[in-house]
Amino acid sequence: MNDQTDTSAPPIRVLIAKPGLDGHDRGAKVLARGLRDEGFEVIYTGLRQTPEMIADAAEQEDVDVVGLSILSGAHMTLLPRVVKLIRERGMDDVLVAAGGIIPDADIEKLKAAGIAEVFGPGTSIGQIARYFRENARRRR
Amino acid sequence: MAAAFGELAGGDRRPLARLLTRIENGDPSLRDELPALFAAGRGAHVVGVTGPPGSGKSTLVSALTGEWRRRGRRVGILAVDPSSPYTGGAILGDRIRMMEHAADRDVFMRSMASRGELGGLAATTWVAAAALDAADFDPVIIETVGAGQSEVEIARLAETTVLVEVPEMGDEVQAIKAGLLEVADIIAVNKGDRPGADRAARQLRAMLSTAGSRLERKPPPILVTTATTGAGVAALVDAIDAHRSEARRPELARERAANQVRRALATLATRRAEDDPAWEPTVASVAARELDPLTAAQRLIGE
Repeated sequence: MNDQTDTSAPPIRVLIAKPGLDGHDRGAKVLARGLRDEGFEVIYTGLRQTPEMIADAAEQEDVDVVGLSILSGAHMTLLPRVVKLIRERGMDDVLVAAGGIIPDADIEKLKAAGIAEVFGPGTSIGQIARYFRENARRRR
Repeated sequence: MAAAFGELAGGDRRPLARLLTRIENGDPSLRDELPALFAAGRGAHVVGVTGPPGSGKSTLVSALTGEWRRRGRRVGILAVDPSSPYTGGAILGDRIRMMEHAADRDVFMRSMASRGELGGLAATTWVAAAALDAADFDPVIIETVGAGQSEVEIARLAETTVLVEVPEMGDEVQAIKAGLLEVADIIAVNKGDRPGADRAARQLRAMLSTAGSRLERKPPPILVTTATTGAGVAALVDAIDAHRSEARRPELARERAANQVRRALATLATRRAEDDPAWEPTVASVAARELDPLTAAQRLIGE
């Protein structure tokens, strides 16, 4: 059912968050559900989160991955701020990725700001799961 | 290692978060540190919150947290959601109702997947509660997975168990069925703004006050709450706080300790039955039908 190679390893913990004011979380929910089926433990925080709330949640939940879903166009403001706050809290090895409607021209800038990968429309859940599995820190 | 646990109370959330991960993952290096972890406990009131899916447990826990914060308490929360029996994955969604406390340094909330355990909890929930206790959170609230009628594990282990019901819980016969309703220390009829809430509370009160003649239990207080508006929440906090000394009567403390040991034994035994080479010959003889499982178990624990 999933190709997680080491079944005795603890599940990867992923925080799926919606920063900012857009009210569309169907995509985030579909992804959360899909990652669940891929064997991830997915913490979903709901809509309209500030970067501070997301960083605080990531810190308490000690997640391996933070996935940010954003459709509002405010990604250049919000996403680098989430990365900054997460790093400030000492979470140096947490993978931060983004998904949503993000113009190609912004992707390089986001990556320079610490967003590991950007998944646009049409990305399959399998692709995202594989990316998380290959790039999330692995713990004991 | 005691020094390591001393830093938990320093207010930095990161060491606590990392410790909880090690606990959840059953990090073997933790075993030697457990006595120090429990010794670092400050005696937090461990409060279980259980009830059917959708009864408003998370929203009520959030409201309770707000009320305790107003009273100057630091609140630790462990919220358990089920793991998939097929993939081991989980959706942990209790945070959605609790984000208002996310930035409050005096609230620590952690989502836990049940990771294959039945009974509405994860096997490591109790150790996680001890970690929150050592980090100076009091109360420590444990929210179970949405529970049906018989997931009474929480009541065996928490000091105070709050059962969250909704007005549409059913007729009077539901109230006299065995199980969760029997073991609750306090019952909250939540969604109190819905029609029938007071009637449901009255029915529960009537049915539960006539029961219990054989049990050494007082009928539980039954309160009507509306978690979304905060109505009745202060009274519920009063009732939970008032139950603390009752819960610490020596005979009840002993019963809880016995249950905790029983559960720890079961976890250990499960692990050894799965892969301990020393146990393998006995397990194999059960597989070969040369030995029955009960006799095998007695032999393995040296009886």
